[in-house]
Amino acid sequence: MTPQNPDSRARLGLRESATFDRTTIAAIQRAADTGIYDIRGWGAKRALPHFDDLLFLGASMSRYPLEGYRERCATDVVLGDRFAKHPLHLDIPVTIAGMSFGALSGPAKEALGRGASEVGTSTTTGDGGMTPEERGQSKTLVYQYLPSRYGMNPDDLRKADAIEIVLGQGAKPGGGGMLLGQKISERVAAMRTLPQGIDQRSACRHPDWTGPDDLTIKINELREITDWEKPIYVKVGASRVYYDVKLAVHAGADVVVVDGMQGGTAATQEVFIEHVGIPTLAAIPQAVQALQELGVHRPAAGGAADRKGVQLIVSGGIRNGADVAKALALGADAVGIGRLQGLALAAAGPEGVVHMLKLLENEVQCVLGNLGLTSYDQLGPEHIYMEPDTVNPPHKLSAFPLLEEGY
Amino acid sequence: MEQIVPATQFDLRDTPLRDVNAALHAPDLTGDFVVRHPAGAHNVAVGLDAPVTVTVDGHVGYYAAGMNQRADVVIHGNAGTGVAENMMSGTVWVKGDASQSAGATAHGGLLVIEGNAAARCGISMKGVDIVVGGSVGHMSAFMAQAGRLVVRGDAGEALGDSIYEARLYVRGDVASLGADCIAKPMDPEHHRELGELLKAAGFDDDDTSAYTRYGSARTLYHFHADNTSAY
Ligand SMILES: Cc1cc2nc3c(=O)[nH]c(=O)nc-3n(C[C@H](O)[C@H](O)[C@H](O)COP(=O)(O)O)c2cc1C
Repeated sequence: MTPQNPDSRARLGLRESATFDRTTIAAIQRAADTGIYDIRGWGAKRALPHFDDLLFLGASMSRYPLEGYRERCATDVVLGDRFAKHPLHLDIPVTIAGMSFGALSGPAKEALGRGASEVGTSTTTGDGGMTPEERGQSKTLVYQYLPSRYGMNPDDLRKADAIEIVLGQGAKPGGGGMLLGQKISERVAAMRTLPQGIDQRSACRHPDWTGPDDLTIKINELREITDWEKPIYVKVGASRVYYDVKLAVHAGADVVVVDGMQGGTAATQEVFIEHVGIPTLAAIPQAVQALQELGVHRPAAGGAADRKGVQLIVSGGIRNGADVAKALALGADAVGIGRLQGLALAAAGPEGVVHMLKLLENEVQCVLGNLGLTSYDQLGPEHIYMEPDTVNPPHKLSAFPLLEEGY
Repeated sequence: MEQIVPATQFDLRDTPLRDVNAALHAPDLTGDFVVRHPAGAHNVAVGLDAPVTVTVDGHVGYYAAGMNQRADVVIHGNAGTGVAENMMSGTVWVKGDASQSAGATAHGGLLVIEGNAAARCGISMKGVDIVVGGSVGHMSAFMAQAGRLVVRGDAGEALGDSIYEARLYVRGDVASLGADCIAKPMDPEHHRELGELLKAAGFDDDDTSAYTRYGSARTLYHFHADNTSAY
């Protein structure tokens, strides 16, 4: 059938309304014309509660600030000291999130690795496996263990400094990866054992385990294979965060990564990006509550110096040092960044990556000093102002309103 | 003359699994090893990367011989979920039956299961060869990318769903084929390939013409809205 032309559409007398606004109508018309649903990258475009809804309560009478540039405040962080023989020690509480080789080019991954190494933090592989270039450039490299297992190689597992079991991503909790044909180059195809040029779907479910009991065994397998040396992270896309974090800790994770729905993605169905998952801001308090109830949230700061904690890395929509500091204040131990580094790289090349990471560190230090704190784990919810109801658990956007009643 | 060195014995009743696996990871390891009384333990002989033989005397739990490289592992019993998952090379030989996801995502080597294998045998396989003496459960060879799966018995529902370039050979009935998986003709090349696989697994006497080959119709390689009804 020939599509109706715009003029004849106008003659149909289409009029905008609040529900059917111009963009919605255009989307319907496009869908009818092509019969193809949208697959795209980037992340959610809709407005969501975000870090902008929080403000810091700077020092004044009741607290006094540190002298900026003189009194040092620490921003280093230890990740994965619960079971691993070799926990990671990062100089800044900002890590580079996993991005697939394929979605990112080899040089881009190398530049991220060099930049991260220069400022003392980690980078993460992604769907499609580890490249030698990336391993060469990143002093500290986290190896993702994904449902697709593309390029999954025990040699690389042993070469990694930590292992991240990926259950999902904030942009598409429950959704598998996608990489369209034009990105499946000869090298990418060979690493993934796939025909070149096909539109590739990654599995959304791990092929050899389902559920928390299996995950416990899987984590043990990875520990046995690597002789209990490496921290094991579990990454979840934010949806039922409170439960998922509890289960991940029970299964033996050293670090839990929670990626909110504002998180970036290389590609997925639009319907996932905009309608599945909960915002980063709503996710953090749920994760923190779960860790607190299990007694593994910043135990040292709480006075239990001998108890090992499980660290929380939060990602999804981090744009600047203020966002980092706010995530830490809500209870994260570190953040992960994806698109921010992509933008920095695109704007100013490899140098942009280093600039950006240093800026984030400086901004976090500024905030800490301004609040009169000497290390990030002193940052807490008492240092931020939030509109009532914005982030208190249970959040109004929580999938679990019953949390209030305890569990 | 070659020296005969007796096999090193581990007894899982009194040696912790962690010590056994650590010993099997020793640098430049050679020789023969026996693991006794596994009693269904998970993660037995995982992450090996040496030209050794490991004989496991009994049933094992999840992920036995997971990620194997170069070693020849024989399990005298049944194997739990994910036996030889992500194997890269070497052989894993199960004398009994295997549970779900046998040989999942394995990139190379040979996995022989003399008995039956449960669901998802060869899921996301990436180059491994798997020979199953009996039948396989549903969703076997799901998203299978490369390698060969031989089934001497029957296959459960949705065999080879969303399969890529792996080759499947089944002698018995297939309950149903998954999306984009079709029967394909047996050319001389395929008879030869199948014959070699059967021989490697000790089933030399099978008549290759009793088998049917299955593979990808390659209609799902490019996204289109019309394909959504295929899932
Ligand atoms: C180009 C790109 C590729 C990505 N690839 C992966 C991946 O392979 N595995 C994964 O777990 N997450 C992947 N992600 C998600 C990031 O790890 C991270 O969760 C997300 O980008 C954080 O949100 P942000 O971009 O707002 O910082 C990818 C993100 C982008 C932008």
